Amino acid sequence: MAELLELSVAEAARRIAAGELSREEYFEAWRGAAEGDELNAYLWRAEDGTAVGDGPLGGIPVAVKDLFCTEGVQTTAGSRILQGHRPLYTATAVRKLGEAGAGILGKTNMDEFAMGSSNENSAYGPVLNPHDRGRVPGGSSGGSAAVVAGGLAPCAIGTDTGGSIRQPASLCGIVGLKPTYGAISRYGMIAFASSLDQCGPLTRDVTDAALLLDAMQGNDPCDSTSVGIAGGVEAPTRTDLEGLRFAVPAELAHDAIEPGVRAVFERTLKRIEELGGEIAEVPLPHAEHGISAYYVLAPAEASSNLARYDGVRYGARAEGGDDVVEMYEETRAAGFGDEVKRRIMLGTYALSSGYYDAYYGRAQQVRTKIAEDFAAAFDRFDFVVTPTSPSVAFGLGEKTDDPLAMYMNDFFTVPMSLAGIPAISIPAGTAEPEGGGPQLPVGFQIAAPAFAEQRLLDAAYALEQAIDG
Amino acid sequence: MIEREQVLHVAKLARLRLSEAEVEKMAGELSGILEHVDRIGELDLDEVPPTTHVVDLENVLRPDEPRPSWPREDVLAQAPDPADGAFRVPAPRDED
Repeated sequence: MAELLELSVAEAARRIAAGELSREEYFEAWRGAAEGDELNAYLWRAEDGTAVGDGPLGGIPVAVKDLFCTEGVQTTAGSRILQGHRPLYTATAVRKLGEAGAGILGKTNMDEFAMGSSNENSAYGPVLNPHDRGRVPGGSSGGSAAVVAGGLAPCAIGTDTGGSIRQPASLCGIVGLKPTYGAISRYGMIAFASSLDQCGPLTRDVTDAALLLDAMQGNDPCDSTSVGIAGGVEAPTRTDLEGLRFAVPAELAHDAIEPGVRAVFERTLKRIEELGGEIAEVPLPHAEHGISAYYVLAPAEASSNLARYDGVRYGARAEGGDDVVEMYEETRAAGFGDEVKRRIMLGTYALSSGYYDAYYGRAQQVRTKIAEDFAAAFDRFDFVVTPTSPSVAFGLGEKTDDPLAMYMNDFFTVPMSLAGIPAISIPAGTAEPEGGGPQLPVGFQIAAPAFAEQRLLDAAYALEQAIDG
Repeated sequence: MIEREQVLHVAKLARLRLSEAEVEKMAGELSGILEHVDRIGELDLDEVPPTTHVVDLENVLRPDEPRPSWPREDVLAQAPDPADGAFRVPAPRDED
Protein backbone atom coordinates (compact mmCIF):
# COMPACT_ATOMS: atom_id res chain seq x y z
CA MET A 1 0.00 0.00 0.00
CA ALA A 2 2.66 2.50 1.02
CA GLU A 3 4.49 1.58 -2.15
CA LEU A 4 1.44 2.54 -4.24
CA LEU A 5 1.47 5.99 -2.71
CA GLU A 6 5.12 6.46 -3.71
CA LEU A 7 4.36 6.14 -7.43
CA SER A 8 4.40 9.31 -9.48
CA VAL A 9 1.11 10.15 -11.15
CA ALA A 10 2.67 9.44 -14.56
CA GLU A 11 3.86 5.99 -13.43
CA ALA A 12 0.57 5.11 -11.71
CA ALA A 13 -1.38 6.16 -14.82
CA ARG A 14 0.93 4.05 -16.97
CA ARG A 15 0.45 0.97 -14.77
CA ILE A 16 -3.31 1.47 -14.65
CA ALA A 17 -3.51 1.83 -18.45
CA ALA A 18 -1.35 -1.30 -18.87
CA GLY A 19 -3.63 -3.28 -16.57
CA GLU A 20 -0.85 -3.76 -13.99
CA LEU A 21 -2.66 -1.77 -11.33
CA SER A 22 -6.35 -1.65 -10.45
CA ARG A 23 -7.75 1.87 -10.61
CA GLU A 24 -10.14 1.10 -7.75
CA GLU A 25 -7.31 -0.18 -5.56
CA TYR A 26 -5.18 2.86 -6.35
CA PHE A 27 -7.96 5.36 -5.70
CA GLU A 28 -8.96 3.57 -2.49
CA ALA A 29 -5.35 3.66 -1.24
CA TRP A 30 -5.33 7.44 -1.66
CA ARG A 31 -8.77 7.81 -0.12
CA GLY A 32 -7.40 6.04 2.92
CA ALA A 33 -4.40 8.38 3.01
CA ALA A 34 -6.66 11.43 2.72
CA GLU A 35 -8.70 10.15 5.68
CA GLY A 36 -5.59 10.61 7.79
CA ASP A 37 -5.47 14.39 7.27
CA GLU A 38 -4.12 16.02 10.43
CA LEU A 39 -3.18 19.24 8.66
CA ASN A 40 -6.72 20.69 8.24
CA ALA A 41 -5.92 20.54 4.54
CA TYR A 42 -9.19 19.05 3.30
CA LEU A 43 -12.61 20.69 3.61
CA TRP A 44 -14.37 17.75 1.93
CA ARG A 45 -13.26 14.22 1.01
CA ALA A 46 -14.62 11.74 -1.53
CA GLU A 47 -16.80 8.84 -0.47
CA ASP A 48 -15.65 5.32 -1.20
CA GLY A 49 -16.64 3.97 -4.60
CA THR A 50 -15.91 7.27 -6.36
CA ALA A 51 -15.99 6.62 -10.10
CA VAL A 52 -12.84 7.13 -12.11
CA GLY A 53 -12.50 6.63 -15.85
CA ASP A 54 -10.14 5.93 -18.71
CA GLY A 55 -7.71 8.32 -20.33
CA PRO A 56 -4.28 9.83 -19.78
CA LEU A 57 -5.20 10.34 -16.09
CA GLY A 58 -7.31 7.19 -15.84
CA GLY A 59 -7.77 6.25 -12.18
CA ILE A 60 -5.82 9.22 -10.78
CA PRO A 61 -7.21 10.97 -7.67
CA VAL A 62 -6.85 14.76 -7.72
CA ALA A 63 -7.26 17.14 -4.80
CA VAL A 64 -9.12 20.27 -5.92
CA LYS A 65 -8.87 23.69 -4.32
CA ASP A 66 -12.22 24.69 -2.88
CA LEU A 67 -12.31 27.66 -5.27
CA PHE A 68 -13.43 25.39 -8.12
CA CYS A 69 -17.17 24.82 -8.47
CA THR A 70 -18.05 21.14 -8.30
CA GLU A 71 -21.64 20.19 -9.10
CA GLY A 72 -23.50 19.03 -6.01
CA VAL A 73 -20.34 19.07 -3.87
CA GLN A 74 -19.84 21.79 -1.26
CA THR A 75 -17.74 24.68 -2.61
CA THR A 76 -16.91 27.38 -0.07
CA ALA A 77 -13.90 29.34 -1.40
CA GLY A 78 -12.75 29.19 2.23
CA SER A 79 -15.51 31.64 3.17
CA ARG A 80 -18.34 31.60 5.68
CA ILE A 81 -20.52 33.35 3.12
CA LEU A 82 -20.51 30.19 0.95
CA GLN A 83 -20.74 27.64 3.76
CA GLY A 84 -22.66 24.62 2.48
CA HIS A 85 -22.94 26.05 -1.05
CA ARG A 86 -23.51 23.33 -3.65
CA PRO A 87 -22.87 24.67 -7.16
CA LEU A 88 -25.11 23.77 -10.07
CA TYR A 89 -22.15 23.18 -12.37
CA THR A 90 -18.54 22.01 -12.46
CA ALA A 91 -15.56 24.17 -13.40
CA THR A 92 -14.16 23.43 -16.85
CA ALA A 93 -10.68 22.57 -15.49
CA VAL A 94 -12.19 19.97 -13.14
CA ARG A 95 -14.50 18.63 -15.84
CA LYS A 96 -11.54 18.18 -18.19
CA LEU A 97 -9.59 16.29 -15.52
CA GLY A 98 -12.61 14.01 -15.21
CA GLU A 99 -12.72 13.51 -18.98
CA ALA A 100 -9.04 12.49 -18.80
CA GLY A 101 -10.05 9.78 -16.30
CA ALA A 102 -9.21 11.49 -12.99
CA GLY A 103 -11.51 11.55 -9.96
CA ILE A 104 -11.90 14.21 -7.27
CA LEU A 105 -10.24 12.98 -4.07
CA GLY A 106 -11.25 16.00 -2.03
CA LYS A 107 -11.68 19.77 -1.87
CA THR A 108 -8.80 21.60 -0.24
CA ASN A 109 -8.69 24.40 2.31
CA MET A 110 -7.53 27.83 1.17
CA ASP A 111 -7.32 31.48 2.08
CA GLU A 112 -10.79 33.00 1.80
CA PHE A 113 -11.52 33.84 -1.86
CA ALA A 114 -7.82 33.11 -2.57
CA MET A 115 -6.72 36.24 -0.69
CA GLY A 116 -3.68 35.41 1.38
CA SER A 117 -0.18 33.98 1.46
CA SER A 118 -0.39 31.80 4.56
CA ASN A 119 -3.77 30.03 4.56
CA GLU A 120 -4.54 31.77 7.85
CA ASN A 121 -7.40 33.66 6.16
CA SER A 122 -9.58 30.56 5.80
CA ALA A 123 -12.90 30.70 7.66
CA TYR A 124 -12.29 27.02 8.40
CA GLY A 125 -8.98 27.40 10.21
CA PRO A 126 -5.39 27.45 8.99
CA VAL A 127 -3.67 24.59 7.16
CA LEU A 128 -0.49 23.33 8.82
CA ASN A 129 2.79 22.88 6.93
CA PRO A 130 3.57 19.13 6.76
CA HIS A 131 7.29 19.84 7.30
CA ASP A 132 6.65 21.74 10.55
CA ARG A 133 3.13 21.96 11.93
CA GLY A 134 3.93 25.20 13.73
CA ARG A 135 4.42 26.90 10.38
CA VAL A 136 2.19 27.98 7.50
CA PRO A 137 2.01 26.08 4.21
CA GLY A 138 1.80 29.33 2.23
CA GLY A 139 -1.26 30.42 0.34
CA SER A 140 -3.67 30.85 -1.00
CA SER A 141 -3.57 27.27 -2.39
CA GLY A 142 -2.13 26.08 0.95
CA GLY A 143 -4.40 23.06 1.27
CA SER A 144 -3.51 21.85 -2.23
CA ALA A 145 0.22 22.21 -1.50
CA ALA A 146 -0.04 20.56 1.93
CA VAL A 147 -1.94 17.49 0.70
CA VAL A 148 0.66 16.80 -1.98
CA ALA A 149 3.65 17.46 0.30
CA GLY A 150 2.03 15.63 3.22
CA GLY A 151 1.25 12.42 1.32
CA LEU A 152 -2.52 13.01 1.39
CA ALA A 153 -2.95 13.25 -2.41
CA PRO A 154 -0.81 12.33 -5.42
CA CYS A 155 -1.50 15.67 -7.11
CA ALA A 156 -3.66 18.74 -6.77
CA ILE A 157 -4.88 21.80 -8.60
CA GLY A 158 -4.98 25.35 -7.34
CA THR A 159 -5.22 28.90 -8.59
CA ASP A 160 -2.61 31.63 -8.79
CA THR A 161 -3.49 35.32 -8.94
CA GLY A 162 -0.24 36.77 -7.59
CA GLY A 163 1.65 33.67 -6.46
CA SER A 164 -1.00 31.45 -4.88
CA ILE A 165 0.27 28.25 -6.53
CA ARG A 166 4.01 28.98 -6.65
CA GLN A 167 4.50 30.34 -3.11
CA PRO A 168 2.79 27.44 -1.26
CA ALA A 169 4.56 24.96 -3.56
CA SER A 170 7.83 26.59 -2.52
CA LEU A 171 7.02 26.57 1.19
CA CYS A 172 5.88 22.93 1.06
CA GLY A 173 8.69 21.63 -1.16
CA ILE A 174 6.72 20.58 -4.24
CA VAL A 175 6.28 21.67 -7.87
CA GLY A 176 3.74 24.41 -8.64
CA LEU A 177 3.01 25.79 -12.10
CA LYS A 178 1.16 28.97 -12.98
CA PRO A 179 0.44 28.68 -16.69
CA THR A 180 0.13 31.62 -19.10
CA TYR A 181 -3.02 33.65 -18.52
CA GLY A 182 -5.49 32.12 -20.96
CA ALA A 183 -4.00 28.62 -21.03
CA ILE A 184 -6.78 27.09 -18.91
CA SER A 185 -10.42 28.12 -18.75
CA ARG A 186 -11.49 30.11 -15.69
CA TYR A 187 -15.12 28.99 -16.04
CA GLY A 188 -16.36 27.78 -12.67
CA MET A 189 -13.32 29.14 -10.82
CA ILE A 190 -14.75 31.51 -8.24
CA ALA A 191 -13.47 34.91 -9.35
CA PHE A 192 -10.98 36.96 -7.31
CA ALA A 193 -9.16 39.19 -9.84
CA SER A 194 -10.34 38.18 -13.28
CA SER A 195 -7.47 39.67 -15.31
CA LEU A 196 -4.92 37.73 -13.22
CA ASP A 197 -6.56 34.49 -11.96
CA GLN A 198 -5.17 31.31 -13.52
CA CYS A 199 -5.54 27.64 -12.66
CA GLY A 200 -2.56 25.29 -12.46
CA PRO A 201 -1.18 22.03 -11.04
CA LEU A 202 0.63 21.32 -7.74
CA THR A 203 2.53 18.06 -8.02
CA ARG A 204 5.46 16.06 -6.70
CA ASP A 205 7.44 16.39 -9.91
CA VAL A 206 7.63 18.33 -13.17
CA THR A 207 6.40 15.43 -15.33
CA ASP A 208 3.18 15.19 -13.32
CA ALA A 209 2.67 18.95 -13.68
CA ALA A 210 2.95 18.57 -17.47
CA LEU A 211 0.42 15.75 -17.43
CA LEU A 212 -2.17 17.76 -15.48
CA LEU A 213 -1.57 20.91 -17.52
CA ASP A 214 -2.11 19.04 -20.76
CA ALA A 215 -5.39 17.62 -19.51
CA MET A 216 -6.73 21.01 -18.35
CA GLN A 217 -5.53 23.45 -21.04
CA GLY A 218 -7.56 24.48 -24.03
CA ASN A 219 -10.13 26.89 -25.35
CA ASP A 220 -13.52 26.89 -23.67
CA PRO A 221 -16.56 28.68 -25.10
CA CYS A 222 -17.55 29.49 -21.49
CA ASP A 223 -14.41 31.65 -20.98
CA SER A 224 -13.71 33.94 -23.91
CA THR A 225 -10.20 34.70 -22.58
CA SER A 226 -9.19 31.03 -22.75
CA VAL A 227 -7.08 30.33 -25.81
CA GLY A 228 -5.26 27.15 -24.73
CA ILE A 229 -1.72 26.10 -25.60
CA ALA A 230 -1.35 25.28 -29.30
CA GLY A 231 -0.47 21.59 -29.59
CA GLY A 232 -0.75 21.03 -25.83
CA VAL A 233 2.30 19.92 -23.83
CA GLU A 234 4.20 16.65 -23.75
CA ALA A 235 6.05 14.94 -20.94
CA PRO A 236 9.47 16.64 -20.65
CA THR A 237 12.56 14.58 -21.43
CA ARG A 238 15.35 17.14 -21.71
CA THR A 239 18.39 16.40 -19.53
CA ASP A 240 20.68 19.35 -20.31
CA LEU A 241 20.37 23.11 -20.60
CA GLU A 242 22.88 23.60 -23.43
CA GLY A 243 22.28 26.77 -25.40
CA LEU A 244 19.61 28.11 -23.02
CA ARG A 245 19.99 31.57 -21.51
CA PHE A 246 18.76 32.35 -17.99
CA ALA A 247 18.34 35.93 -16.78
CA VAL A 248 18.72 36.88 -13.13
CA PRO A 249 17.08 40.24 -12.33
CA ALA A 250 19.90 42.70 -11.56
CA GLU A 251 17.86 44.21 -8.71
CA LEU A 252 17.85 40.85 -6.89
CA ALA A 253 21.19 41.70 -5.27
CA HIS A 254 19.48 44.38 -3.14
CA ASP A 255 16.22 42.59 -2.42
CA ALA A 256 15.34 41.38 1.05
CA ILE A 257 15.92 37.62 0.88
CA GLU A 258 16.68 35.26 3.77
CA PRO A 259 20.36 34.20 3.66
CA GLY A 260 19.44 30.50 3.50
CA VAL A 261 17.11 31.11 0.56
CA ARG A 262 19.77 33.15 -1.24
CA ALA A 263 22.33 30.36 -0.75
CA VAL A 264 20.01 27.76 -2.30
CA PHE A 265 19.25 30.15 -5.16
CA GLU A 266 22.94 30.67 -5.92
CA ARG A 267 23.65 26.95 -5.69
CA THR A 268 20.86 26.35 -8.21
CA LEU A 269 22.38 28.90 -10.60
CA LYS A 270 25.62 26.88 -10.45
CA ARG A 271 23.71 23.73 -11.35
CA ILE A 272 22.22 25.51 -14.36
CA GLU A 273 25.74 26.34 -15.53
CA GLU A 274 26.87 22.76 -14.92
CA LEU A 275 24.03 21.64 -17.20
CA GLY A 276 25.28 23.96 -19.93
CA GLY A 277 22.94 26.91 -19.36
CA GLU A 278 24.20 30.48 -19.54
CA ILE A 279 23.44 32.95 -16.77
CA ALA A 280 23.54 36.73 -16.92
CA GLU A 281 21.95 39.67 -15.17
CA VAL A 282 19.18 41.63 -16.79
CA PRO A 283 17.48 44.78 -15.48
CA LEU A 284 13.82 44.43 -14.51
CA PRO A 285 13.52 47.95 -13.08
CA HIS A 286 9.75 47.96 -12.60
CA ALA A 287 9.40 44.53 -10.96
CA GLU A 288 9.89 46.12 -7.53
CA HIS A 289 6.70 48.11 -8.12
CA GLY A 290 4.80 44.89 -8.77
CA ILE A 291 3.45 44.67 -5.23
CA SER A 292 2.14 48.25 -5.40
CA ALA A 293 0.44 47.73 -8.75
CA TYR A 294 -0.89 44.32 -7.76
CA TYR A 295 -2.37 45.48 -4.46
CA VAL A 296 -4.33 48.14 -6.36
CA LEU A 297 -5.44 46.08 -9.36
CA ALA A 298 -6.30 42.81 -7.62
CA PRO A 299 -8.38 44.41 -4.82
CA ALA A 300 -10.08 46.68 -7.37
CA GLU A 301 -11.15 43.67 -9.42
CA ALA A 302 -12.05 41.78 -6.24
CA SER A 303 -14.26 44.58 -4.93
CA SER A 304 -16.24 44.32 -8.14
CA ASN A 305 -16.29 40.49 -8.30
CA LEU A 306 -17.32 40.10 -4.66
CA ALA A 307 -20.27 42.47 -5.05
CA ARG A 308 -22.27 39.38 -6.01
CA TYR A 309 -22.26 38.05 -2.43
CA ASP A 310 -25.33 39.88 -1.23
CA GLY A 311 -27.42 37.20 0.48
CA VAL A 312 -30.03 37.13 -2.29
CA ARG A 313 -29.40 34.30 -4.74
CA TYR A 314 -27.09 31.86 -2.94
CA GLY A 315 -24.83 31.58 0.07
CA ALA A 316 -25.57 32.75 3.58
CA ARG A 317 -27.82 35.64 4.58
CA ALA A 318 -27.49 37.36 7.94
CA GLU A 319 -30.57 37.90 10.09
CA GLY A 320 -31.58 41.30 11.30
CA GLY A 321 -31.52 43.56 8.25
CA ASP A 322 -34.69 45.65 8.36
CA ASP A 323 -34.48 46.73 4.74
CA VAL A 324 -32.66 45.34 1.73
CA VAL A 325 -29.57 47.54 2.03
CA GLU A 326 -29.16 46.71 5.70
CA MET A 327 -29.55 43.05 4.78
CA TYR A 328 -26.67 43.36 2.27
CA GLU A 329 -24.49 45.15 4.81
CA GLU A 330 -25.19 42.69 7.63
CA THR A 331 -24.72 39.68 5.35
CA ARG A 332 -21.37 40.91 4.06
CA ALA A 333 -20.20 41.97 7.53
CA ALA A 334 -20.95 38.51 8.93
CA GLY A 335 -19.91 36.49 5.87
CA PHE A 336 -16.50 37.95 5.00
CA GLY A 337 -13.29 37.68 7.03
CA ASP A 338 -10.87 40.50 7.85
CA GLU A 339 -8.58 40.17 4.81
CA VAL A 340 -11.44 40.01 2.35
CA LYS A 341 -13.00 43.11 3.92
CA ARG A 342 -9.63 44.86 3.78
CA ARG A 343 -9.25 44.13 0.07
CA ILE A 344 -12.82 45.10 -0.76
CA MET A 345 -12.21 48.40 1.04
CA LEU A 346 -8.85 48.93 -0.67
CA GLY A 347 -10.30 48.16 -4.09
CA THR A 348 -13.41 50.26 -3.60
CA TYR A 349 -11.23 53.17 -2.46
CA ALA A 350 -8.89 52.82 -5.47
CA LEU A 351 -11.86 52.85 -7.85
CA SER A 352 -13.75 55.63 -6.11
CA SER A 353 -14.28 59.08 -7.57
CA GLY A 354 -11.19 61.27 -7.20
CA TYR A 355 -8.73 58.41 -6.65
CA TYR A 356 -9.22 56.32 -9.78
CA ASP A 357 -6.48 57.97 -11.88
CA ALA A 358 -3.93 58.14 -9.06
CA TYR A 359 -4.31 54.47 -8.15
CA TYR A 360 -6.11 52.26 -10.64
CA GLY A 361 -4.99 54.16 -13.74
CA ARG A 362 -1.35 54.36 -12.63
CA ALA A 363 -1.29 50.72 -11.54
CA GLN A 364 -2.43 49.71 -15.02
CA GLN A 365 0.43 51.75 -16.49
CA VAL A 366 2.93 50.10 -14.12
CA ARG A 367 1.56 46.77 -15.34
CA THR A 368 2.47 47.81 -18.88
CA LYS A 369 6.03 48.72 -17.78
CA ILE A 370 6.49 45.39 -16.00
CA ALA A 371 5.31 43.47 -19.08
CA GLU A 372 7.70 45.57 -21.22
CA ASP A 373 10.61 44.74 -18.90
CA PHE A 374 9.93 41.02 -19.33
CA ALA A 375 9.50 41.39 -23.10
CA ALA A 376 12.89 43.11 -23.30
CA ALA A 377 14.48 40.35 -21.19
CA PHE A 378 12.98 37.65 -23.41
CA ASP A 379 14.51 39.30 -26.48
CA ARG A 380 17.87 38.09 -25.22
CA PHE A 381 17.02 35.30 -22.77
CA ASP A 382 14.91 32.15 -22.68
CA PHE A 383 14.01 32.41 -19.00
CA VAL A 384 13.97 34.74 -16.00
CA VAL A 385 14.80 33.07 -12.68
CA THR A 386 14.32 34.18 -9.05
CA PRO A 387 13.74 32.60 -5.66
CA THR A 388 10.00 31.83 -5.48
CA SER A 389 9.60 33.32 -2.02
CA PRO A 390 11.92 35.61 -0.02
CA SER A 391 11.72 33.23 2.95
CA VAL A 392 11.08 29.65 3.97
CA ALA A 393 7.78 28.80 5.68
CA PHE A 394 7.14 31.23 8.54
CA GLY A 395 5.41 30.59 11.84
CA LEU A 396 1.63 30.54 12.27
CA GLY A 397 0.54 33.98 13.46
CA GLU A 398 3.89 35.57 12.68
CA LYS A 399 2.63 37.99 10.01
CA THR A 400 -1.11 38.15 10.64
CA ASP A 401 -0.94 41.59 12.31
CA ASP A 402 0.94 43.23 9.46
CA PRO A 403 -0.88 43.06 6.09
CA LEU A 404 1.98 44.71 4.19
CA ALA A 405 4.57 42.24 5.55
CA MET A 406 2.26 39.43 4.44
CA TYR A 407 1.90 40.97 0.95
CA MET A 408 5.72 41.02 0.59
CA ASN A 409 5.64 37.19 0.35
CA ASP A 410 4.43 37.76 -3.19
CA PHE A 411 7.36 40.02 -4.15
CA PHE A 412 8.89 37.58 -6.64
CA THR A 413 5.70 36.00 -7.98
CA VAL A 414 3.49 39.04 -8.62
CA PRO A 415 5.45 40.47 -11.60
CA MET A 416 4.85 37.34 -13.71
CA SER A 417 1.15 37.43 -12.88
CA LEU A 418 0.90 41.06 -13.97
CA ALA A 419 2.71 40.20 -17.22
CA GLY A 420 0.49 37.12 -17.73
CA ILE A 421 3.47 34.84 -18.36
CA PRO A 422 3.99 31.25 -17.15
CA ALA A 423 6.21 30.48 -14.16
CA ILE A 424 7.05 27.34 -12.25
CA SER A 425 8.40 26.76 -8.75
CA ILE A 426 10.49 23.64 -8.24
CA PRO A 427 12.03 22.42 -4.97
CA ALA A 428 15.70 23.43 -5.04
CA GLY A 429 16.89 22.38 -1.60
CA THR A 430 16.40 23.29 2.02
CA ALA A 431 17.54 26.07 4.31
CA GLU A 432 17.53 26.86 7.99
CA PRO A 433 14.90 29.50 8.80
CA GLU A 434 16.04 32.86 10.17
CA GLY A 435 16.09 32.44 13.91
CA GLY A 436 17.10 28.80 13.63
CA GLY A 437 15.25 25.50 13.48
CA PRO A 438 15.09 22.42 11.27
CA GLN A 439 15.73 22.76 7.54
CA LEU A 440 12.76 23.80 5.41
CA PRO A 441 12.08 23.65 1.65
CA VAL A 442 13.19 26.42 -0.73
CA GLY A 443 11.66 26.92 -4.17
CA PHE A 444 13.33 28.13 -7.37
CA GLN A 445 11.16 30.07 -9.82
CA ILE A 446 11.59 29.93 -13.60
CA ALA A 447 9.51 32.21 -15.83
CA ALA A 448 9.14 31.99 -19.61
CA PRO A 449 7.40 33.98 -22.37
CA ALA A 450 3.65 33.59 -22.83
CA PHE A 451 2.64 30.11 -24.03
CA ALA A 452 6.23 28.78 -23.84
CA GLU A 453 5.09 26.14 -21.32
CA GLN A 454 6.82 23.28 -23.13
CA ARG A 455 10.17 25.06 -23.04
CA LEU A 456 9.58 25.93 -19.38
CA LEU A 457 8.70 22.35 -18.40
CA ASP A 458 11.65 20.93 -20.35
CA ALA A 459 14.13 23.20 -18.54
CA ALA A 460 12.50 22.63 -15.14
CA TYR A 461 12.68 18.88 -15.72
CA ALA A 462 16.39 18.95 -16.60
CA LEU A 463 17.11 21.01 -13.51
CA GLU A 464 14.92 18.79 -11.33
CA GLN A 465 16.86 15.69 -12.40
CA ALA A 466 20.15 17.41 -11.54
CA ILE A 467 18.89 18.57 -8.14
CA ASP A 468 17.43 15.17 -7.26
CA GLY A 469 20.49 13.32 -8.59
CA MET B 1 -3.48 59.04 5.48
CA ILE B 2 -6.99 57.59 5.40
CA GLU B 3 -9.37 59.30 7.78
CA ARG B 4 -12.24 57.72 9.64
CA GLU B 5 -14.78 59.58 7.47
CA GLN B 6 -13.24 58.13 4.31
CA VAL B 7 -13.41 54.62 5.74
CA LEU B 8 -17.10 55.09 6.48
CA HIS B 9 -17.75 56.49 3.00
CA VAL B 10 -15.95 53.61 1.26
CA ALA B 11 -17.65 51.04 3.49
CA LYS B 12 -21.00 52.47 2.45
CA LEU B 13 -20.04 52.21 -1.23
CA ALA B 14 -18.94 48.60 -0.66
CA ARG B 15 -22.08 47.70 1.31
CA LEU B 16 -20.00 46.61 4.30
CA ARG B 17 -21.02 47.31 7.86
CA LEU B 18 -17.90 47.82 9.97
CA SER B 19 -17.81 47.83 13.74
CA GLU B 20 -16.29 50.83 15.51
CA ALA B 21 -13.13 48.82 16.17
CA GLU B 22 -12.94 47.74 12.53
CA VAL B 23 -13.21 51.34 11.33
CA GLU B 24 -10.23 52.39 13.46
CA LYS B 25 -8.15 49.39 12.45
CA MET B 26 -9.06 49.74 8.77
CA ALA B 27 -8.00 53.41 8.72
CA GLY B 28 -4.55 52.49 10.00
CA GLU B 29 -4.08 49.44 7.79
CA LEU B 30 -5.28 51.07 4.58
CA SER B 31 -3.04 54.07 5.29
CA GLY B 32 -0.02 51.78 5.67
CA ILE B 33 -0.74 49.89 2.46
CA LEU B 34 -1.44 53.05 0.45
CA GLU B 35 1.73 54.66 1.72
CA HIS B 36 3.64 51.80 0.08
CA VAL B 37 1.49 51.96 -3.06
CA ASP B 38 2.04 55.74 -3.34
CA ARG B 39 5.57 55.03 -4.57
CA ILE B 40 4.16 54.40 -8.04
CA GLY B 41 3.21 58.08 -7.97
CA GLU B 42 6.92 58.91 -8.34
CA LEU B 43 7.36 56.97 -11.61
CA ASP B 44 7.35 58.80 -14.93
CA LEU B 45 4.41 57.17 -16.67
CA ASP B 46 3.48 59.87 -19.18
CA GLU B 47 2.28 58.38 -22.46
CA VAL B 48 2.41 54.82 -21.05
CA PRO B 49 -0.74 53.00 -22.16
CA PRO B 50 -2.64 51.14 -19.44
CA THR B 51 -2.80 47.33 -19.50
CA THR B 52 -6.29 46.07 -18.86
CA HIS B 53 -5.67 42.61 -20.22
CA VAL B 54 -2.64 40.54 -21.19
CA VAL B 55 -4.11 38.23 -23.82
CA ASP B 56 -4.07 39.56 -27.36
CA LEU B 57 -7.75 39.10 -28.05
CA GLU B 58 -10.62 41.34 -28.91
CA ASN B 59 -14.30 40.80 -29.43
CA VAL B 60 -14.65 37.04 -29.08
CA LEU B 61 -18.08 36.49 -30.58
CA ARG B 62 -20.52 33.61 -30.82
CA PRO B 63 -23.88 33.18 -32.53
CA ASP B 64 -26.72 34.58 -30.42
CA GLU B 65 -28.76 31.41 -30.16
CA PRO B 66 -31.24 30.68 -27.37
CA ARG B 67 -30.40 27.62 -25.27
CA PRO B 68 -31.90 26.14 -22.14
CA SER B 69 -30.74 27.48 -18.78
CA TRP B 70 -30.92 25.77 -15.39
CA PRO B 71 -34.32 24.76 -14.07
CA ARG B 72 -35.79 27.52 -11.91
CA GLU B 73 -36.35 25.19 -8.95
CA ASP B 74 -32.67 24.11 -8.93
CA VAL B 75 -31.51 27.72 -8.85
CA LEU B 76 -34.01 28.71 -6.17
CA ALA B 77 -32.95 25.75 -4.03
CA GLN B 78 -29.66 27.62 -3.48
CA ALA B 79 -31.35 30.82 -2.31
CA PRO B 80 -31.53 31.79 1.37
CA ASP B 81 -35.17 32.85 1.09
CA PRO B 82 -37.02 31.65 -2.02
CA ALA B 83 -40.74 32.41 -2.27
CA ASP B 84 -43.35 32.15 -5.03
CA GLY B 85 -40.75 31.15 -7.62
CA ALA B 86 -38.54 34.17 -6.88
CA PHE B 87 -35.87 35.50 -4.51
CA ARG B 88 -37.48 37.19 -1.53
CA VAL B 89 -35.65 40.14 0.10
CA PRO B 90 -36.62 42.66 2.78
CA ALA B 91 -38.44 45.68 1.35
CA PRO B 92 -36.28 48.66 0.39
CA ARG B 93 -36.63 51.80 2.46
CA ASP B 94 -38.33 54.68 0.65
CA GLU B 95 -35.17 56.84 0.62
CA ASP B 96 -33.20 53.99 -0.98
